[in-house]
Amino acid sequence: MFVAKSETLPVRTEQDIVVVRQTVRKLAQKASFSLVDQTKIVTAASELARNTVVHGGGGSMQWEVIQDGGRTGLRLTFEDQGPGISNLEFAMMDGWTTGAGLGMGLSGSKRLVNEFEIFSEPNKGTRVTIARWK
Amino acid sequence: MDRIPILRMGEFLLVTIQVDMHDQLAVSLQDDLTAKIVKTGAKGVLIDISALEMVDSFIGRMIANISSMSSVLDAHTVVVGMQPAVAITLVELGLSLRGVTTALSVDRGMHLLRRAMGGEEAADVRGQE
Repeated sequence: MFVAKSETLPVRTEQDIVVVRQTVRKLAQKASFSLVDQTKIVTAASELARNTVVHGGGGSMQWEVIQDGGRTGLRLTFEDQGPGISNLEFAMMDGWTTGAGLGMGLSGSKRLVNEFEIFSEPNKGTRVTIARWK
Repeated sequence: MDRIPILRMGEFLLVTIQVDMHDQLAVSLQDDLTAKIVKTGAKGVLIDISALEMVDSFIGRMIANISSMSSVLDAHTVVVGMQPAVAITLVELGLSLRGVTTALSVDRGMHLLRRAMGGEEAADVRGQE
């Protein structure tokens, strides 16, 4: 597998969440994702970007266009230096929330992608990587 | 700050969401719409989301909130025009928008609102007799 193209965007404000959605949409269109697959990765990106802003106190998103054999994929890494998640097992459960949300962000976005990886350390930050293949 | 316009059409309020909403804009819409229901005494709210290319948990919650708030304020809400890809994604995300009335088109949505109100009008007339 190799990375064909990559870039990092700031994810600090609500407006950045919109920019993340628009950037991911364009990339998914360029990679010829179906409309449903585009919508899934854009929605997952929106959830994770909001987590970065609201819970992580801001951070960044790195996008990568990845290639493996003949297939193309999109990999997104959201990273913040916020308070981290003390109990990942709970955080991944449907309906579990510390904020005012529905608690569907992490668990829900995992269902929308092919690959999902989360790494978090209390007081150090959180890193979530997702990927979806065409 | 930008706002999503709310149009009044007789006893109904009409909202067409045509922009990629940032969170604060979604919250303002919720506030504006409830204020307008009270001000106009509207009995029905039609929200057209056919231009929305994605609904995440935040926007989904806003839609569900508007629906229950307007119901508390004695108005029916119908959400119309959700794109199929959005519906698929929303359900897989884990949101089913329970309690939200939906219709495939504006026409059908208006029909639902009129029917919901028709029942009430008939009851009003009987009350006046």
